[in-house]
Formats: sequence, C-alpha cells, structure tokens
Amino acid sequence: MKNEWPLWEIFIRGQHGMSHRHVGSLHAPDAEMAIKNARDVYTRRNEGVSIWVVEARHIAASSPSDKGPLYEPSESKVYRHPTFFDIPDEVGAM
Amino acid sequence: MTRDEAFLQFLLRMGDNTLILGHRVSEWCGHAPVLEEDIALANTALDLIGQTQMWLGLAGEVQGEGKSADDLAFLRDVWDFRNVLLVEVPNGDFGRTLMRQFLFDAWHSIMLGRLMTSSDDRVAAIAAKASKEVAYHLERSGDTVVGLGDGTEESHRRMQEALDYLWPYVGEMFASDEVDAEMAAAGIAPDPASLREEYDALVGRVLRKATLTIPDSRFAHKGGRNGRMHTEHLGHLLTQMQWLQRAYPGATW
Repeated sequence: MKNEWPLWEIFIRGQHGMSHRHVGSLHAPDAEMAIKNARDVYTRRNEGVSIWVVEARHIAASSPSDKGPLYEPSESKVYRHPTFFDIPDEVGAM
Repeated sequence: MTRDEAFLQFLLRMGDNTLILGHRVSEWCGHAPVLEEDIALANTALDLIGQTQMWLGLAGEVQGEGKSADDLAFLRDVWDFRNVLLVEVPNGDFGRTLMRQFLFDAWHSIMLGRLMTSSDDRVAAIAAKASKEVAYHLERSGDTVVGLGDGTEESHRRMQEALDYLWPYVGEMFASDEVDAEMAAAGIAPDPASLREEYDALVGRVLRKATLTIPDSRFAHKGGRNGRMHTEHLGHLLTQMQWLQRAYPGATW
C-alpha cells in the first residue's frame, strides 16, 4: 500500500557488553519515530539499554536458494571450529 | 482553609488530572490508527494511571479518613473531581488527542520540574519519579504535533482545528486561587500563574515548528480544578470508569 509507513528492523542491546540483537520490526515515518516506537513496543519491560533502527529496504540478504554453495563447504572442515580449547569461566559471555 | 485542607485539594488536582487523562487516553487502546501508536498511547495511559496511584494515595493519607487511591478514584462523584477541563474533553480524532496530550504534557513537565524542589519530601519524590515518564510523553506528543501540523494538507487542517478547539481550555492550568496561595506560601507547590511564561515559550516553539497558529483569544473555560462546573463529558466518563465498583461494591481480582 502506497500510504503505509516504511518498515524498520529493530536491534536492541540488552545490557552493556552484549551486542545488539534483532528483536523484530515495525512501521514508522522516519528514523526518530522508529526509535520512539521501538522504545514503546520492545523495551517496555526493561529489555534494553540501546536501540538501533535500520530501514528494512537497506538490508541486503543472502538468498535461501544459495545455501548449498554458501554454507555446505564448511561443514566438512571441522578443523576450522575453535572447539579444541577450554574457555575459563571468568571470560564470561563470548 | 487549613494547610492540610489546601494540601488535599492540591493532591486531588494532581491525581485527578492524571487519572482522567489516563482514562481518556486508554480509550484508544485497540482503536489507534496504527499498531505502534496504539501501544505508545497505552503506555502513556499506564504511566498516568501509575502516577495517579501515587498522588491519590498521598491524598488519602493527608485526608486521614482511611481512604485508598482506589476509593478516591472509583467512589467519588463528578462534583468531587478536581481535574482541569482540558483532560476530560472527548478524544475527538487522533490529531485532537495528540494535541491535547501535548498541551497537557508541556504544563505537566514544567509543573513536575518545580515540584521536584517541593518543601514536602513526598511530593518531591513523586515528582522526581513522574518527571522522567513525562519528559518522554512530551517528546513524543511534541514530535507528533510537528509531524502532523507540518504534514499533509489534511493533517495540518485537523491539527489547526484541534488547537482552535482546545486552546480555550489551556488557561485553566494557570489559574490561581486560595489553595494555590496556601501551597505557594508553604513552599509545597508553585503558583500556577508563574509557569505561564515558560509554557508559552515551549508551546510557541513547537507550534511554530508545526506551522500552526495559536488563537488570539485568551478566553479560558474554567470550573474543573475547583469542582464548580465540569463539562457534561466527565459524568459519562465516570459511568464507564466506575461502573464495576458501583455495580459490584468491593469487587477485587
């Protein structure tokens, strides 16, 4: 529909030190209102300390039909996975 | 009028403003033009009702008749309410609701800023808590007024109509009487008239940005904050808001 506000993807950082996570999307006329709407829709239960908004049309996405060539080659290369180390508990969230 | 009697009137005015506006805004729940605005309005309504619990809770304490905030909200009749008329007028369209919200938020934020230095610690504490919520209300309603005022031809026309309709209700927020004189003398609350200059500057700035014209007239409807004469709309609002406690006295869940 032509009159509809653009769609925005919302990213919220739950606490200091963590990265922003995608939490959902919403409609808003501009970036400032998108942040305000995100505050009202996604942080009303104390979920966040920082909000990023990105207009959905600016996100380039990989195509699901490419998943064979994109991801399968790494499945057989187990030596790339850093699973051979013991990580001390003090390191915290990685 | 004793100081406690004046204090009670002041607290009822604060609490009834937030109660009645909170109820009015809650009427949009499930009806707002878009989902995001629906949630934002419901959040605002909940903030206002939360503030009501603090103001009317303290009012019950000062009154000393063992009444709770709920008793005061649900068991008083129209003539006992002390809210300004602005907050009881019907919502109208979304534009008028947001214009009313902005005109109230601007007063509310300035008032709470002054109350944070009240000589009464309880008042100062409520004001400190509420002012953070209200700062956001004002930012949101102000931005929306600018967005719609300086928007399409239709949104501009509707916002100007809303301003023309609501402006005569603004003056009552700055009227002073013997209750205010008593509160000002005690250092509990400012004389409302002393907020007007800051209000005009703030509201003027936003409305200019919104390309809207403030009506010339300073005529002001009054009678709400002293309870002398509410509009016919308040009674209808109360029949909705209070019906459950009236039909099933003492009901809880």
